[in-house]
Amino acid sequence: MTSTSTTGALLAFEEALAKFDPAMGLEVHVELSTASKMFCGCSTEFGHEPNTQVCPTCLGLPGSMPAVNARAVESAVRIGLALNCRIAEWCRFARKNYFYPDMPKNFQTSQYDEPICFDGWTDVEVDAGDGPETFRVEIERAHMEEDTGKSLHVGTSGRIHGADYSLVDYNRAGIPLIEIVTRPITGAREKAPLVARAYVAHLRELILALGVSDARMEQGSMRCDVNLSLAPAGSGGLGTRTETKNVNSLRSVERAARYEISRQAAVLEAGGTVLQETRHWQEDTGATRSGREKSDAEDYRYFPEPDLVPVAPDPAWVEKLRAGLPEPPRERRARLQQEWGFSDLEMRDTVGAGALALVEQTIAAGAAPQAARKWWLSELARRSNEQGIDLTELPITPGHVARIQALVDEGAINDKLARQVFDGVLAGEGDPDAVVAARGLAVVCDEGALSGAVDRAIEANPDVAQKIRDGKVAAAGALIGAVMKEMRGQADAGRVRELILERLS
Amino acid sequence: MPDTPATVSREEVRHLADLARIELSDDELDHLAPQLAVIIDSVASINQVAAGDIPPTSHALALTNVFREDVVRPGLTADEALSGAPEQEQQRFKVPRILGDEQ
Repeated sequence: MTSTSTTGALLAFEEALAKFDPAMGLEVHVELSTASKMFCGCSTEFGHEPNTQVCPTCLGLPGSMPAVNARAVESAVRIGLALNCRIAEWCRFARKNYFYPDMPKNFQTSQYDEPICFDGWTDVEVDAGDGPETFRVEIERAHMEEDTGKSLHVGTSGRIHGADYSLVDYNRAGIPLIEIVTRPITGAREKAPLVARAYVAHLRELILALGVSDARMEQGSMRCDVNLSLAPAGSGGLGTRTETKNVNSLRSVERAARYEISRQAAVLEAGGTVLQETRHWQEDTGATRSGREKSDAEDYRYFPEPDLVPVAPDPAWVEKLRAGLPEPPRERRARLQQEWGFSDLEMRDTVGAGALALVEQTIAAGAAPQAARKWWLSELARRSNEQGIDLTELPITPGHVARIQALVDEGAINDKLARQVFDGVLAGEGDPDAVVAARGLAVVCDEGALSGAVDRAIEANPDVAQKIRDGKVAAAGALIGAVMKEMRGQADAGRVRELILERLS
Repeated sequence: MPDTPATVSREEVRHLADLARIELSDDELDHLAPQLAVIIDSVASINQVAAGDIPPTSHALALTNVFREDVVRPGLTADEALSGAPEQEQQRFKVPRILGDEQ
């Protein structure tokens, strides 16, 4: 058995970096959003009852035969092209043999030494507060494979270790996966964790722009394994690496890399050796836990899959796909910034908050750029931060946000009421119009009611009224406040001001 | 083109058996090691008839690009899928405690 020590000594990050150079390799698995699985016609839809999206092929029943999903191959090639990869003229699938109940066939159909995409690169931008810096990440390969089933470990621990037995759902088994593997990323030094995060964020943007996956890390449709090793500073060598799995958010990618740098540095500083092993990222403790040692476990006895014929992408077809690639994220950002008139800071904040697509969609739905940015980066960012989720996970759509802004623009509600409409929509009370109606949030447009409130406010504050009559227009604020209070905030403050000044001019 | 007979050690057979999750006794290891060597030699003899102009091949048919359209087709119901399971619980396949880690 392997050790399961969770907490060990850590060396302070700065100290670790003074003594060692980190090298990272990132493996990202992307679940493709095809309608059907990689090798059979079962649905890939997320969230259904267990074992309702299975057939003899993905259950590995005797006599079943796989058939390759054409759209999955197309998506793989498009991903490869977007990552500046070469596309294989001819490649095969291979069986990766292992015994684990998440794969009922006892092998995973993958690709081995003949990946469909290889030798690529992509540039990612990192800003550690000292201005943007570009790192080129080299892509070793991107290959096609299939996802595994989902195991539920039953027992007191809820984990594999100490489980009494496991329950397996094969709905996910056979969903097309693309595994994207980088070459070792060196020279990033103290920025290595940031580069790791920026790369995964960049890849996610790219995948979303291609429309080949919903790339939701929290749902597992995009997953990252972080390989990391340390070598003595300046040595130019590569140390023994660990592979950290289960890293399921952008923030965790950065934290896991940081943690492994500190942990491995402490091991090496104490005169120890880093074990080549799989480690598991634990979100709750912010640490990695030792898993299995990799030394001889990795004997998968790959061999060419006899049930599938080779894939030979036609160069003309590949060129057609290349011509149809979407605008790369960086170019797109530059264009949008210009179109929207955002400052560099506004744009960086928007991108940093993961709100670019949301803001773009909100603008497309009719909102002005600054209004779209304001709602997503203030009101909604605050709520997503409070809940510790991504903006995209909030139960509100860009269409909703645009509609709320439209209601503000029409004068039907004001900004204060708009916040209550956000509350309602996020609480699942319906779309903005339904929330406004159900909560009775509309600004009072009844001039009679407003006039009455204005008259009462003037009557109750004769001193203030006199000041305004004397030309001190700034004093109107106190009267506006009184009217708004009486109207319980449901009045158009601009209109109230007009009414007050009319009366007292 | 191996002219010298293949040798397969007891330890190699033990390792293979372990990977295949087959438990073998010492007697069985002794028995199987030379047999596997003979099998490897037999398969290797194909090399002697394959001339340099015959490329290695993994498939009997000279086909490429056999694809399926990305269309959902009905599969099995959960009851059908689980009908062969020795044990089930919560509409899932129940399997013994797993040793080792997920892949």
